[in-house]
Amino acid sequence: MDLSKASFWGYKRENGRVGVRNHVLILPVDDLSNAAAEAVANNIKGTLAIPHPYGRLQFGADLELHFRTLIGAGCNPNVAAVVVICIEEGWAKKVADGIAATGKPVAWFGIEQHGDHDTILRASKKAKEFVQWASELRREERPLKDLWISTKCGESDTTSGCGSNPTVGDAFDKLYPHGVTLAFGETTELTGGEHLVAARCRNDAVRRKFQHMFDRYQQVVEAHKTNDLRDSQPTKGNIEGGLTTIEEKALGNIQKIGRKCIVDGVLDKAEAPTWPGLWFMDSSSAAAEMVTLVAAAGYTVHFFPTGQGNVIGNPILPVIKLCANPRTVRTMSEHIDVDVSGLLRREMTPDQAGDKLLECMFRTANGRLTAAEALGHREFVLTRLYESA
Amino acid sequence: MIHFVVHDENDSVGVVVVEGVKAGQKLNGWIMDQDKSLDVTAKSDIPIGHKLAIRPLADGATVIKYGVDIGKTIAPIQVGEHTHVHNLRTKRW
Repeated sequence: MDLSKASFWGYKRENGRVGVRNHVLILPVDDLSNAAAEAVANNIKGTLAIPHPYGRLQFGADLELHFRTLIGAGCNPNVAAVVVICIEEGWAKKVADGIAATGKPVAWFGIEQHGDHDTILRASKKAKEFVQWASELRREERPLKDLWISTKCGESDTTSGCGSNPTVGDAFDKLYPHGVTLAFGETTELTGGEHLVAARCRNDAVRRKFQHMFDRYQQVVEAHKTNDLRDSQPTKGNIEGGLTTIEEKALGNIQKIGRKCIVDGVLDKAEAPTWPGLWFMDSSSAAAEMVTLVAAAGYTVHFFPTGQGNVIGNPILPVIKLCANPRTVRTMSEHIDVDVSGLLRREMTPDQAGDKLLECMFRTANGRLTAAEALGHREFVLTRLYESA
Repeated sequence: MIHFVVHDENDSVGVVVVEGVKAGQKLNGWIMDQDKSLDVTAKSDIPIGHKLAIRPLADGATVIKYGVDIGKTIAPIQVGEHTHVHNLRTKRW
């Protein structure tokens, strides 16, 4: 596929970033605000509440990550405008101010001294105003480089390593030279192949930062493990699918970064990249956590290869599923956007599989709903670093 | 018809990519990186996605896939035998 003049139709935001969706988000800062946020989203059609279970009594780096993830989700260019609701006014304003830095419309509401009824009334009026404004925004043609593409695989099996992950790798190798901003992560799922990622780093500074993130995560596993993680990593589903060891899983995982891309930089969780290229994000390998973190970092389309059939979606980041396992494609067809099982029958070349994924990427970017979006998968899962105070 | 695929010709194992492989079945393999063929007779029933050994492996041997170490055997494994958690373990963690 010749990508030199490729373009897509997206929503150009106030800060210059380009989104592929046009959500009006109703964002609760904490668990206590979920009910009001969901009530507002129920009142005002076309808005989207993203409830979650956290936000109280967190502190230090864990609290910073909480704010970075919520503010990042609001800042994502797939979001047109945001209504922030929090039990306390102070943190509602803090999150709203963080999002308002993008220039997009934001309003905030505290529940204390008002109660749910009054908060829902006031927030609904603002949400109606935002959704009617957003409904008049129009897509415009934008160059390929304005897309930010992330990847993470899930419920992987051995067909992921031979089929769907190398397909993402082929697509990444094709996108990289055109200045697209790319991301991968899953720190523990590089175990056994970390030397291959280190060898792909742009320079020693990037390599040192990657190694530091990798070693730190290994220490977390060593500190808390009760066995060789045979029940968790690989997962039961991975093992059912034929993956035996973490090393084997990692080597399949790494196929997603292709053979040519350079690892240009390393990101902390939910941290936004600062220039185009391929970024490694230190992250959990749990699907919804990782996808939530890259959504918060500003990525706008996600490639999700699966083997045994992970059904994940995200409220603001369209998740494109691809699969090379013919049994999964047959039994879970409603979840699969791109069938690359022909790769394993030699009916399709890696180049053709990569092009098929890119074609789906353009259609998704132009507005076609993914399987996960159509099925209502909106997993928004915050990563926690340790206990609340 | 391809019954199993191998990433690299130096690998110890291949991956079954069809459903219903039975012990005694003659299997056609495809070595992807070098684009070569390889025939192996299955020694076990092997589910889709699961591995079979394509060379004999002694107890404690390092198993290679993608041309890289993926762990060590905890029992001897014959060519064509199902290779999974019962005879292969991580060297990490």
